[in-house]
Amino acid sequence: MALLEIDHLTVRFGGVTALDDVNFTVDEGEFVSIIGPNGAGKTTLFNVIAGVRQPTAGKVRLRGRDMHGAHPARMSHLGVRRSFQVARPFRSLTVNENVRVAAAGQRILYSQRAFALRGRDRVLNATVESLLAQTGLSGSRRRRAGELNIGELRRLEIARALAGNPDVLLLDEPAAGIGADGLRPLVGLIKAVSAGGLTVLLVEHYVGLALSLSDRVVVLDEGHLIANAAPDEVRHDERVISAYLGKSASARDEERSSTSAETQPSDLPGPQSPPLEPPSTKRAP
Amino acid sequence: MSYIVVVAVTVAIYAILVVSLNIVVGYVGQPNLAQSVFFGIGAYFSAVFSTRYHLSFWWTIPIAFVIAGAAGLLLGAISLRLREDFLAVTTIGLNFVVVAVFQYVAFFGGAVGIYAIPLPSIGGHVFTNNDFLIVALLMLLLTVGTSAYLQRTWFGVSLFAIRDDEQAAASIGIPIASYKVLAFVLSAAFAGMAGSLYAPFMSTVTPGSFGFTESVVVLAMLIFGGLGTIRGALIGAVILGTLPEAFRFISNYRLLTFGLILLLMLRFQPEGLLGDGSLIVRGVQRLWHSMRAPRSVMPGKDGISHGAP
Repeated sequence: MALLEIDHLTVRFGGVTALDDVNFTVDEGEFVSIIGPNGAGKTTLFNVIAGVRQPTAGKVRLRGRDMHGAHPARMSHLGVRRSFQVARPFRSLTVNENVRVAAAGQRILYSQRAFALRGRDRVLNATVESLLAQTGLSGSRRRRAGELNIGELRRLEIARALAGNPDVLLLDEPAAGIGADGLRPLVGLIKAVSAGGLTVLLVEHYVGLALSLSDRVVVLDEGHLIANAAPDEVRHDERVISAYLGKSASARDEERSSTSAETQPSDLPGPQSPPLEPPSTKRAP
Repeated sequence: MSYIVVVAVTVAIYAILVVSLNIVVGYVGQPNLAQSVFFGIGAYFSAVFSTRYHLSFWWTIPIAFVIAGAAGLLLGAISLRLREDFLAVTTIGLNFVVVAVFQYVAFFGGAVGIYAIPLPSIGGHVFTNNDFLIVALLMLLLTVGTSAYLQRTWFGVSLFAIRDDEQAAASIGIPIASYKVLAFVLSAAFAGMAGSLYAPFMSTVTPGSFGFTESVVVLAMLIFGGLGTIRGALIGAVILGTLPEAFRFISNYRLLTFGLILLLMLRFQPEGLLGDGSLIVRGVQRLWHSMRAPRSVMPGKDGISHGAP
Protein backbone atom coordinates (compact mmCIF):
# COMPACT_ATOMS: atom_id res chain seq x y z
CA MET A 1 0.00 0.00 0.00
CA ALA A 2 1.25 3.46 -0.85
CA LEU A 3 1.95 5.74 2.11
CA LEU A 4 0.14 8.67 0.55
CA GLU A 5 -2.56 8.44 -2.11
CA ILE A 6 -3.86 11.41 -4.02
CA ASP A 7 -7.06 10.01 -5.43
CA HIS A 8 -8.90 11.92 -8.19
CA LEU A 9 -8.42 15.19 -6.35
CA THR A 10 -10.31 18.24 -7.59
CA VAL A 11 -10.28 21.71 -6.01
CA ARG A 12 -12.38 24.60 -7.32
CA PHE A 13 -12.43 28.18 -6.08
CA GLY A 14 -15.59 29.72 -7.43
CA GLY A 15 -15.28 29.27 -11.17
CA VAL A 16 -11.58 28.48 -11.17
CA THR A 17 -10.44 24.88 -11.14
CA ALA A 18 -7.12 24.85 -9.30
CA LEU A 19 -6.73 21.07 -9.39
CA ASP A 20 -8.54 18.83 -11.82
CA ASP A 21 -8.75 15.11 -11.15
CA VAL A 22 -5.16 14.75 -9.94
CA ASN A 23 -4.08 11.21 -9.24
CA PHE A 24 -0.79 9.87 -7.91
CA THR A 25 0.71 7.95 -5.03
CA VAL A 26 3.81 8.29 -2.91
CA ASP A 27 5.53 5.24 -1.47
CA GLU A 28 7.28 5.02 1.84
CA GLY A 29 10.78 6.48 1.69
CA GLU A 30 10.26 8.02 -1.73
CA PHE A 31 11.34 11.52 -2.72
CA VAL A 32 8.71 13.04 -4.99
CA SER A 33 8.87 16.55 -6.42
CA ILE A 34 5.90 18.48 -7.68
CA ILE A 35 6.80 21.02 -10.34
CA GLY A 36 4.86 23.21 -12.70
CA PRO A 37 4.61 26.83 -13.78
CA ASN A 38 3.00 29.53 -11.66
CA GLY A 39 -0.66 28.81 -11.08
CA ALA A 40 -0.27 25.10 -11.83
CA GLY A 41 -1.87 24.20 -8.50
CA LYS A 42 1.22 23.05 -6.61
CA THR A 43 0.58 25.03 -3.44
CA THR A 44 -3.12 24.18 -3.53
CA LEU A 45 -2.20 20.51 -3.66
CA PHE A 46 0.12 20.99 -0.69
CA ASN A 47 -2.55 22.79 1.26
CA VAL A 48 -5.00 19.95 0.69
CA ILE A 49 -2.46 17.36 1.82
CA ALA A 50 -1.61 19.46 4.90
CA GLY A 51 -5.31 19.83 5.80
CA VAL A 52 -5.41 23.60 5.27
CA ARG A 53 -7.95 23.22 2.46
CA GLN A 54 -10.61 20.60 1.84
CA PRO A 55 -10.94 19.19 -1.69
CA THR A 56 -14.05 19.78 -3.79
CA ALA A 57 -13.91 16.15 -4.87
CA GLY A 58 -11.57 13.23 -4.48
CA LYS A 59 -9.59 12.03 -1.52
CA VAL A 60 -6.24 12.15 0.20
CA ARG A 61 -5.37 8.88 1.90
CA LEU A 62 -2.61 8.33 4.39
CA ARG A 63 -1.80 4.65 4.90
CA GLY A 64 -5.14 3.87 3.29
CA ARG A 65 -7.14 6.12 5.63
CA ASP A 66 -9.32 8.81 4.15
CA MET A 67 -8.13 12.17 5.50
CA HIS A 68 -11.29 14.06 4.67
CA GLY A 69 -12.02 16.81 7.20
CA ALA A 70 -8.68 16.51 8.97
CA HIS A 71 -7.42 19.97 9.98
CA PRO A 72 -3.72 20.94 9.95
CA ALA A 73 -3.04 20.07 13.58
CA ARG A 74 -4.56 16.63 13.07
CA MET A 75 -2.51 16.03 9.91
CA SER A 76 0.52 17.00 11.92
CA HIS A 77 -0.32 14.39 14.56
CA LEU A 78 -0.90 11.78 11.89
CA GLY A 79 2.65 12.32 10.68
CA VAL A 80 2.40 14.92 7.93
CA ARG A 81 4.51 17.99 8.68
CA ARG A 82 5.35 20.88 6.43
CA SER A 83 7.45 23.94 5.74
CA PHE A 84 5.97 27.09 4.25
CA GLN A 85 6.61 28.92 1.00
CA VAL A 86 7.11 32.14 2.91
CA ALA A 87 8.99 31.29 6.11
CA ARG A 88 6.71 31.37 9.13
CA PRO A 89 8.87 31.18 12.25
CA PHE A 90 7.62 31.96 15.75
CA ARG A 91 9.47 35.26 15.72
CA SER A 92 9.45 36.10 19.40
CA LEU A 93 10.65 32.65 20.44
CA THR A 94 14.25 31.55 20.34
CA VAL A 95 15.43 29.03 17.76
CA ASN A 96 15.59 26.45 20.53
CA GLU A 97 12.01 27.15 21.66
CA ASN A 98 10.74 27.01 18.08
CA VAL A 99 12.02 23.48 17.72
CA ARG A 100 11.11 22.42 21.26
CA VAL A 101 7.47 23.36 21.01
CA ALA A 102 7.31 21.57 17.67
CA ALA A 103 8.84 18.47 19.25
CA ALA A 104 6.38 18.51 22.13
CA GLY A 105 3.62 17.26 19.85
CA GLN A 106 0.50 15.41 20.83
CA ARG A 107 2.24 13.53 23.62
CA ILE A 108 2.69 16.72 25.64
CA LEU A 109 0.38 19.37 24.22
CA TYR A 110 -2.73 17.19 24.51
CA SER A 111 -2.05 15.97 28.02
CA GLN A 112 -1.77 17.45 31.49
CA ARG A 113 1.91 17.85 30.83
CA ALA A 114 1.04 20.92 28.77
CA PHE A 115 0.75 22.66 32.14
CA ALA A 116 4.05 21.43 33.44
CA LEU A 117 7.25 23.44 33.33
CA ARG A 118 8.87 22.80 30.00
CA GLY A 119 12.53 22.58 30.90
CA ARG A 120 12.79 19.05 32.17
CA ASP A 121 12.24 16.56 29.41
CA ARG A 122 15.48 14.72 28.68
CA VAL A 123 14.26 12.74 25.69
CA LEU A 124 12.86 15.86 24.15
CA ASN A 125 15.98 17.89 24.85
CA ALA A 126 18.11 15.23 23.17
CA THR A 127 15.85 15.26 20.11
CA VAL A 128 16.04 19.04 19.85
CA GLU A 129 19.80 18.97 20.34
CA SER A 130 20.33 16.58 17.46
CA LEU A 131 17.91 18.47 15.19
CA LEU A 132 19.71 21.76 15.82
CA ALA A 133 23.02 20.07 15.06
CA GLN A 134 21.65 18.44 11.92
CA THR A 135 20.26 21.72 10.60
CA GLY A 136 23.38 23.69 11.53
CA LEU A 137 21.51 25.90 13.97
CA SER A 138 23.20 24.88 17.23
CA GLY A 139 25.15 28.13 17.35
CA SER A 140 21.98 30.18 16.92
CA ARG A 141 19.85 28.41 19.48
CA ARG A 142 19.52 31.38 21.80
CA ARG A 143 18.73 33.87 19.08
CA ARG A 144 15.17 34.92 18.46
CA ALA A 145 13.83 33.43 15.26
CA GLY A 146 12.90 36.94 14.10
CA GLU A 147 16.62 37.76 13.84
CA LEU A 148 17.58 34.91 11.51
CA ASN A 149 18.44 35.35 7.84
CA ILE A 150 16.39 33.63 5.17
CA GLY A 151 18.71 30.65 4.80
CA GLU A 152 18.64 30.00 8.54
CA LEU A 153 14.86 30.43 8.58
CA ARG A 154 14.50 27.78 5.89
CA ARG A 155 16.55 25.35 7.93
CA LEU A 156 14.62 26.26 11.09
CA GLU A 157 11.37 25.41 9.31
CA ILE A 158 12.77 22.03 8.35
CA ALA A 159 14.01 21.44 11.91
CA ARG A 160 10.59 22.37 13.22
CA ALA A 161 8.85 20.02 10.81
CA LEU A 162 11.26 17.18 11.58
CA ALA A 163 10.78 17.71 15.31
CA GLY A 164 7.43 15.96 15.08
CA ASN A 165 9.17 12.85 13.79
CA PRO A 166 6.89 12.84 10.73
CA ASP A 167 6.20 10.07 8.23
CA VAL A 168 5.89 12.57 5.40
CA LEU A 169 7.76 15.84 5.09
CA LEU A 170 6.16 18.46 2.85
CA LEU A 171 8.64 21.09 1.66
CA ASP A 172 7.04 24.11 0.02
CA GLU A 173 9.72 25.83 -2.08
CA PRO A 174 12.44 25.61 0.55
CA ALA A 175 14.95 27.27 -1.79
CA ALA A 176 12.80 30.33 -2.49
CA GLY A 177 14.57 33.56 -1.72
CA ILE A 178 17.94 32.16 -0.70
CA GLY A 179 21.14 32.76 -2.59
CA ALA A 180 23.77 30.27 -3.68
CA ASP A 181 25.47 30.47 -0.25
CA GLY A 182 22.35 29.38 1.56
CA LEU A 183 21.48 26.75 -1.02
CA ARG A 184 24.40 24.45 -0.32
CA PRO A 185 23.64 23.66 3.34
CA LEU A 186 19.94 23.48 2.56
CA VAL A 187 20.35 20.93 -0.23
CA GLY A 188 22.77 18.94 1.92
CA LEU A 189 20.16 18.89 4.69
CA ILE A 190 17.33 17.80 2.40
CA LYS A 191 19.47 15.04 0.94
CA ALA A 192 20.46 13.80 4.38
CA VAL A 193 16.86 13.76 5.55
CA SER A 194 15.76 11.81 2.51
CA ALA A 195 18.69 9.42 2.76
CA GLY A 196 17.57 8.69 6.31
CA GLY A 197 14.48 7.04 4.85
CA LEU A 198 11.94 9.82 5.34
CA THR A 199 9.27 10.28 2.67
CA VAL A 200 9.67 13.75 1.17
CA LEU A 201 7.27 15.69 -1.01
CA LEU A 202 8.85 18.79 -2.49
CA VAL A 203 7.23 21.67 -4.32
CA GLU A 204 9.94 23.56 -6.16
CA HIS A 205 10.06 26.27 -8.76
CA TYR A 206 13.67 25.59 -9.43
CA VAL A 207 13.42 22.66 -11.80
CA GLY A 208 17.10 21.73 -11.81
CA LEU A 209 17.04 21.30 -8.04
CA ALA A 210 13.84 19.26 -8.07
CA LEU A 211 15.11 16.95 -10.83
CA SER A 212 18.45 16.37 -9.16
CA LEU A 213 16.94 15.49 -5.77
CA SER A 214 13.90 13.39 -6.64
CA ASP A 215 13.16 9.74 -7.25
CA ARG A 216 10.07 10.79 -9.14
CA VAL A 217 8.62 14.03 -10.46
CA VAL A 218 4.97 14.97 -10.75
CA VAL A 219 4.31 17.78 -13.22
CA LEU A 220 1.20 19.93 -12.92
CA ASP A 221 -0.04 22.37 -15.51
CA GLU A 222 -3.14 24.48 -14.94
CA GLY A 223 -4.44 21.98 -12.43
CA HIS A 224 -3.86 18.90 -14.59
CA LEU A 225 -1.29 16.24 -13.92
CA ILE A 226 0.68 16.01 -17.16
CA ALA A 227 3.56 13.79 -16.09
CA ASN A 228 4.43 11.45 -13.26
CA ALA A 229 7.76 9.78 -13.89
CA ALA A 230 11.46 9.54 -13.07
CA PRO A 231 13.42 12.79 -13.50
CA ASP A 232 15.16 11.55 -16.66
CA GLU A 233 11.87 10.74 -18.34
CA VAL A 234 10.30 14.03 -17.30
CA ARG A 235 13.27 15.88 -18.69
CA HIS A 236 12.56 14.49 -22.13
CA ASP A 237 8.79 14.46 -21.98
CA GLU A 238 7.45 16.53 -24.87
CA ARG A 239 4.32 17.62 -23.00
CA VAL A 240 6.34 18.84 -20.05
CA ILE A 241 8.78 20.68 -22.25
CA SER A 242 6.11 22.48 -24.20
CA ALA A 243 3.81 23.15 -21.25
CA TYR A 244 6.29 24.11 -18.65
CA LEU A 245 9.68 24.96 -19.92
CA GLY A 246 9.27 26.25 -23.45
CA LYS A 247 11.77 25.01 -26.02
CA SER A 248 14.66 27.32 -25.46
CA ALA A 249 14.41 27.29 -21.70
CA SER A 250 14.27 23.52 -21.70
CA ALA A 251 17.48 23.29 -23.63
CA ARG A 252 19.24 25.55 -21.17
CA ASP A 253 17.82 23.81 -18.18
CA GLU A 254 18.67 20.39 -19.53
CA GLU A 255 22.24 21.40 -19.99
CA ARG A 256 22.44 22.69 -16.49
CA SER A 257 20.65 19.93 -14.66
CA SER A 258 22.49 17.22 -16.55
CA THR A 259 25.76 18.82 -15.55
CA SER A 260 24.79 18.85 -11.91
CA ALA A 261 23.14 15.44 -11.97
CA GLU A 262 25.79 13.60 -13.91
CA THR A 263 29.11 15.10 -13.02
CA GLN A 264 28.46 15.40 -9.31
CA PRO A 265 25.38 13.41 -8.60
CA SER A 266 25.78 13.42 -4.86
CA ASP A 267 26.76 16.99 -4.30
CA LEU A 268 26.22 20.48 -5.52
CA PRO A 269 28.27 21.56 -8.51
CA GLY A 270 31.76 22.68 -7.66
CA PRO A 271 33.06 26.14 -8.47
CA GLN A 272 34.14 25.06 -11.98
CA SER A 273 30.72 23.82 -13.04
CA PRO A 274 27.88 26.25 -13.66
CA PRO A 275 26.52 27.33 -10.30
CA LEU A 276 22.98 26.47 -9.36
CA GLU A 277 20.99 29.45 -10.30
CA PRO A 278 19.24 31.21 -7.43
CA PRO A 279 15.58 30.27 -7.69
CA SER A 280 14.35 33.82 -8.00
CA THR A 281 15.78 34.16 -11.48
CA LYS A 282 14.04 30.97 -12.57
CA ARG A 283 10.51 32.09 -11.79
CA ALA A 284 9.01 32.75 -15.17
CA PRO A 285 9.94 30.36 -17.90
CA MET B 1 -2.80 57.29 55.43
CA SER B 2 -6.15 55.67 54.89
CA TYR B 3 -6.48 57.56 51.61
CA ILE B 4 -3.23 56.08 50.35
CA VAL B 5 -4.44 52.62 51.32
CA VAL B 6 -7.63 53.16 49.34
CA VAL B 7 -5.60 54.21 46.31
CA ALA B 8 -3.33 51.21 46.78
CA VAL B 9 -6.29 48.79 46.84
CA THR B 10 -7.68 50.40 43.67
CA VAL B 11 -4.32 50.14 41.93
CA ALA B 12 -3.91 46.51 43.03
CA ILE B 13 -7.35 45.67 41.61
CA TYR B 14 -6.43 47.39 38.35
CA ALA B 15 -3.17 45.48 38.33
CA ILE B 16 -5.04 42.16 38.60
CA LEU B 17 -7.20 43.20 35.64
CA VAL B 18 -4.23 44.26 33.55
CA VAL B 19 -2.07 41.22 34.33
CA SER B 20 -4.97 38.88 33.57
CA LEU B 21 -5.86 40.76 30.38
CA ASN B 22 -2.26 40.29 29.31
CA ILE B 23 -2.84 36.52 29.08
CA VAL B 24 -5.23 37.04 26.19
CA VAL B 25 -3.89 40.19 24.56
CA GLY B 26 -0.20 39.84 25.30
CA TYR B 27 0.34 36.08 25.22
CA VAL B 28 -2.13 34.95 22.54
CA GLY B 29 -2.36 38.26 20.67
CA GLN B 30 -6.16 38.37 20.66
CA PRO B 31 -7.71 41.83 20.99
CA ASN B 32 -10.00 42.07 23.99
CA LEU B 33 -11.85 45.23 24.93
CA ALA B 34 -14.14 43.49 27.40
CA GLN B 35 -12.02 42.94 30.50
CA SER B 36 -14.33 45.09 32.65
CA VAL B 37 -17.22 42.82 31.64
CA PHE B 38 -15.65 39.92 33.50
CA PHE B 39 -14.67 42.22 36.34
CA GLY B 40 -18.32 43.34 36.51
CA ILE B 41 -19.65 39.79 36.39
CA GLY B 42 -17.42 38.87 39.31
CA ALA B 43 -18.45 41.96 41.28
CA TYR B 44 -22.17 41.50 40.61
CA PHE B 45 -22.31 37.83 41.47
CA SER B 46 -20.26 38.46 44.57
CA ALA B 47 -22.71 41.23 45.54
CA VAL B 48 -25.78 39.12 44.81
CA PHE B 49 -24.52 36.14 46.77
CA SER B 50 -23.39 38.14 49.78
CA THR B 51 -26.47 40.39 50.10
CA ARG B 52 -29.23 38.03 49.03
CA TYR B 53 -27.89 34.66 50.09
CA HIS B 54 -25.67 35.91 52.91
CA LEU B 55 -22.76 33.93 51.65
CA SER B 56 -19.40 34.74 53.24
CA PHE B 57 -16.91 36.82 51.26
CA TRP B 58 -14.57 33.86 51.21
CA TRP B 59 -17.12 31.82 49.29
CA THR B 60 -17.90 34.59 46.85
CA ILE B 61 -14.28 34.63 45.66
CA PRO B 62 -14.32 31.16 44.06
CA ILE B 63 -17.90 31.71 42.85
CA ALA B 64 -16.93 34.93 41.06
CA PHE B 65 -13.83 33.20 39.70
CA VAL B 66 -15.85 30.33 38.23
CA ILE B 67 -18.77 32.37 36.86
CA ALA B 68 -16.49 34.93 35.20
CA GLY B 69 -14.43 32.05 33.82
CA ALA B 70 -17.59 30.53 32.34
CA ALA B 71 -18.36 33.88 30.71
CA GLY B 72 -14.81 33.85 29.35
CA LEU B 73 -15.54 30.45 27.83
CA LEU B 74 -18.28 32.08 25.80
CA LEU B 75 -16.02 34.87 24.55
CA GLY B 76 -13.27 32.36 23.82
CA ALA B 77 -15.66 30.29 21.72
CA ILE B 78 -16.72 33.41 19.82
CA SER B 79 -13.10 34.35 19.20
CA LEU B 80 -12.47 31.10 17.33
CA ARG B 81 -14.90 32.06 14.62
CA LEU B 82 -13.82 35.66 14.18
CA ARG B 83 -10.89 37.39 12.63
CA GLU B 84 -8.99 39.66 14.98
CA ASP B 85 -10.57 42.93 13.85
CA PHE B 86 -14.08 41.51 14.13
CA LEU B 87 -13.22 40.08 17.50
CA ALA B 88 -12.23 43.55 18.72
CA VAL B 89 -15.58 44.95 17.63
CA THR B 90 -17.43 42.02 19.20
CA THR B 91 -15.71 42.51 22.55
CA ILE B 92 -16.67 46.20 22.47
CA GLY B 93 -20.28 45.18 21.91
CA LEU B 94 -20.09 42.75 24.81
CA ASN B 95 -19.59 45.68 27.23
CA PHE B 96 -22.88 47.24 26.23
CA VAL B 97 -24.78 43.95 26.33
CA VAL B 98 -23.58 43.04 29.80
CA VAL B 99 -24.05 46.56 31.21
CA ALA B 100 -27.60 46.53 29.81
CA VAL B 101 -28.26 43.22 31.52
CA PHE B 102 -27.01 44.64 34.84
CA GLN B 103 -29.16 47.69 34.29
CA TYR B 104 -32.46 46.11 33.29
CA VAL B 105 -32.56 42.74 35.00
CA ALA B 106 -34.11 42.96 38.46
CA PHE B 107 -31.90 40.14 39.75
CA PHE B 108 -28.94 42.53 39.43
CA GLY B 109 -30.72 45.41 41.18
CA GLY B 110 -31.55 47.43 38.05
CA ALA B 111 -30.26 50.95 37.56
CA VAL B 112 -29.54 51.54 41.27
CA GLY B 113 -27.38 48.46 41.43
CA ILE B 114 -26.73 46.57 44.62
CA TYR B 115 -25.83 48.41 47.80
CA ALA B 116 -25.10 47.67 51.46
CA ILE B 117 -22.75 44.86 50.54
CA PRO B 118 -21.49 43.63 53.90
CA LEU B 119 -17.86 44.03 54.88
CA PRO B 120 -15.96 40.75 54.91
CA SER B 121 -14.71 39.42 58.20
CA ILE B 122 -12.21 36.88 59.32
CA GLY B 123 -12.50 35.16 62.71
CA GLY B 124 -14.88 37.86 63.99
CA HIS B 125 -12.59 40.67 62.84
CA VAL B 126 -14.36 42.96 60.35
CA PHE B 127 -12.28 44.15 57.41
CA THR B 128 -10.60 47.54 57.48
CA ASN B 129 -9.00 49.13 54.44
CA ASN B 130 -5.68 47.61 55.47
CA ASP B 131 -7.22 44.14 55.33
CA PHE B 132 -8.62 44.88 51.89
CA LEU B 133 -5.13 45.86 50.80
CA ILE B 134 -3.66 42.59 52.11
CA VAL B 135 -6.28 40.51 50.30
CA ALA B 136 -5.86 42.61 47.12
CA LEU B 137 -2.11 42.06 47.18
CA LEU B 138 -2.55 38.34 47.81
CA MET B 139 -4.92 38.13 44.84
CA LEU B 140 -2.45 40.09 42.74
CA LEU B 141 0.32 37.75 43.81
CA LEU B 142 -1.81 34.77 42.76
CA THR B 143 -2.53 36.37 39.39
CA VAL B 144 1.09 37.31 38.76
CA GLY B 145 2.28 33.91 39.97
CA THR B 146 -0.10 32.07 37.66
CA SER B 147 0.83 34.32 34.75
CA ALA B 148 4.53 33.84 35.33
CA TYR B 149 4.08 30.11 35.72
CA LEU B 150 2.11 29.89 32.47
CA GLN B 151 4.98 31.50 30.57
CA ARG B 152 7.20 28.61 31.58
CA THR B 153 4.80 25.85 30.62
CA TRP B 154 4.22 24.16 27.28
CA PHE B 155 0.80 25.76 27.23
CA GLY B 156 2.34 29.20 27.63
CA VAL B 157 4.95 28.82 24.90
CA SER B 158 2.23 27.46 22.63
CA LEU B 159 0.22 30.64 23.23
CA PHE B 160 3.24 32.69 22.11
CA ALA B 161 3.51 30.48 19.04
CA ILE B 162 -0.16 31.07 18.22
CA ARG B 163 0.38 34.83 18.61
CA ASP B 164 3.42 34.78 16.32
CA ASP B 165 1.87 32.65 13.58
CA GLU B 166 -1.36 30.76 13.89
CA GLN B 167 -0.94 28.72 10.69
CA ALA B 168 2.53 27.61 11.63
CA ALA B 169 1.29 26.74 15.12
CA ALA B 170 -1.39 24.53 13.59
CA SER B 171 1.17 22.88 11.34
CA ILE B 172 3.14 21.60 14.33
CA GLY B 173 0.02 20.29 16.03
CA ILE B 174 -0.74 22.94 18.65
CA PRO B 175 -4.43 22.63 19.62
CA ILE B 176 -5.20 26.24 18.76
CA ALA B 177 -8.92 26.25 19.48
CA SER B 178 -8.82 24.77 22.96
CA TYR B 179 -5.72 26.74 23.97
CA LYS B 180 -7.26 30.04 22.91
CA VAL B 181 -10.45 29.30 24.79
CA LEU B 182 -8.51 28.31 27.87
CA ALA B 183 -6.55 31.57 27.76
CA PHE B 184 -9.81 33.53 27.64
CA VAL B 185 -11.21 31.50 30.53
CA LEU B 186 -8.18 32.10 32.74
CA SER B 187 -8.05 35.80 31.88
CA ALA B 188 -11.74 36.25 32.65
CA ALA B 189 -11.64 34.19 35.84
CA PHE B 190 -8.92 36.34 37.43
CA ALA B 191 -10.82 39.49 36.45
CA GLY B 192 -13.89 38.02 38.11
CA MET B 193 -11.87 37.33 41.24
CA ALA B 194 -10.86 40.99 41.33
CA GLY B 195 -14.56 41.86 41.07
CA SER B 196 -15.36 39.77 44.13
CA LEU B 197 -13.04 42.02 46.13
CA TYR B 198 -14.20 45.23 44.52
CA ALA B 199 -17.86 44.72 45.52
CA PRO B 200 -17.43 44.63 49.31
CA PHE B 201 -14.61 47.21 49.10
CA MET B 202 -16.91 49.77 47.45
CA SER B 203 -19.95 48.36 49.31
CA THR B 204 -22.06 49.07 46.22
CA VAL B 205 -22.00 47.96 42.60
CA THR B 206 -23.67 49.98 39.86
CA PRO B 207 -23.92 49.22 36.13
CA GLY B 208 -21.89 52.33 35.26
CA SER B 209 -18.76 51.09 37.01
CA PHE B 210 -18.12 48.33 34.47
CA GLY B 211 -18.70 49.90 31.09
CA PHE B 212 -16.67 50.18 27.94
CA THR B 213 -14.55 53.05 29.28
CA GLU B 214 -13.22 50.84 32.08
CA SER B 215 -12.29 48.18 29.54
CA VAL B 216 -10.43 50.80 27.53
CA VAL B 217 -8.64 52.06 30.64
CA VAL B 218 -7.44 48.54 31.47
CA LEU B 219 -6.23 47.95 27.90
CA ALA B 220 -4.55 51.37 27.89
CA MET B 221 -2.66 50.43 31.07
CA LEU B 222 -1.45 47.24 29.40
CA ILE B 223 -0.31 48.92 26.20
CA PHE B 224 1.29 51.76 28.13
CA GLY B 225 3.24 49.37 30.34
CA GLY B 226 4.20 46.91 27.62
CA LEU B 227 2.16 44.14 26.05
CA GLY B 228 3.18 40.58 26.72
CA THR B 229 5.22 41.14 29.86
CA ILE B 230 4.10 40.98 33.48
CA ARG B 231 6.40 43.82 34.52
CA GLY B 232 4.82 45.98 31.82
CA ALA B 233 1.31 45.12 32.98
CA LEU B 234 2.21 45.99 36.56
CA ILE B 235 3.95 49.28 35.82
CA GLY B 236 1.10 50.32 33.51
CA ALA B 237 -1.46 49.73 36.25
CA VAL B 238 0.65 51.51 38.87
CA ILE B 239 1.45 54.61 36.81
CA LEU B 240 -1.89 55.12 35.10
CA GLY B 241 -3.71 54.04 38.27
CA THR B 242 -2.01 56.60 40.51
CA LEU B 243 -1.68 59.44 38.01
CA PRO B 244 -5.27 60.68 38.43
CA GLU B 245 -4.82 60.59 42.21
CA ALA B 246 -1.54 62.45 42.13
CA PHE B 247 -2.74 65.15 39.75
CA ARG B 248 -6.28 66.35 40.27
CA PHE B 249 -6.51 67.85 36.79
CA ILE B 250 -5.79 64.43 35.27
CA SER B 251 -8.63 63.04 37.30
CA ASN B 252 -11.01 65.53 35.68
CA TYR B 253 -9.76 64.73 32.22
CA ARG B 254 -8.89 61.11 32.86
CA LEU B 255 -10.09 59.61 29.60
CA LEU B 256 -8.64 62.45 27.56
CA THR B 257 -5.25 62.02 29.22
CA PHE B 258 -5.30 58.24 28.83
CA GLY B 259 -6.33 58.52 25.22
CA LEU B 260 -3.50 60.94 24.53
CA ILE B 261 -0.95 58.75 26.32
CA LEU B 262 -2.17 55.74 24.37
CA LEU B 263 -1.87 57.54 21.04
CA LEU B 264 1.63 58.82 21.79
CA MET B 265 2.71 55.42 23.05
CA LEU B 266 1.44 53.54 20.00
CA ARG B 267 3.06 56.08 17.71
CA PHE B 268 6.46 56.39 19.35
CA GLN B 269 6.93 53.36 21.59
CA PRO B 270 4.56 50.55 20.64
CA GLU B 271 6.50 48.14 22.85
CA GLY B 272 5.25 50.11 25.85
CA LEU B 273 7.28 51.38 28.76
CA LEU B 274 8.77 48.04 29.85
CA GLY B 275 7.80 45.67 27.03
CA ASP B 276 10.42 43.54 25.27
CA GLY B 277 12.47 45.73 22.97
CA SER B 278 11.31 49.03 24.51
CA LEU B 279 13.79 51.89 24.93
CA ILE B 280 14.06 51.41 28.68
CA VAL B 281 14.49 47.64 28.52
CA ARG B 282 17.11 47.90 25.78
CA GLY B 283 18.91 50.61 27.74
CA VAL B 284 18.99 48.49 30.88
CA GLN B 285 20.23 45.49 28.90
CA ARG B 286 23.02 47.55 27.38
CA LEU B 287 24.00 48.92 30.79
CA TRP B 288 23.98 45.41 32.23
CA HIS B 289 26.25 44.11 29.46
CA SER B 290 28.66 47.02 29.75
CA MET B 291 28.86 46.50 33.51
CA ARG B 292 29.59 42.81 33.12
CA ALA B 293 32.02 43.03 30.23
CA PRO B 294 35.02 44.74 31.92
CA ARG B 295 35.29 41.85 34.36
CA SER B 296 36.34 39.49 31.58
CA VAL B 297 40.10 39.72 31.04
CA MET B 298 40.13 37.62 27.91
CA PRO B 299 39.70 39.51 24.68
CA GLY B 300 36.84 38.50 22.38
CA LYS B 301 37.15 36.17 19.42
CA ASP B 302 38.33 38.94 17.14
CA GLY B 303 41.08 39.83 19.56
CA ILE B 304 39.37 42.99 20.71
CA SER B 305 38.08 43.31 24.22
CA HIS B 306 34.45 44.30 24.07
CA GLY B 307 34.39 45.77 27.53
CA ALA B 308 34.27 49.47 28.07
CA PRO B 309 37.68 50.87 29.04
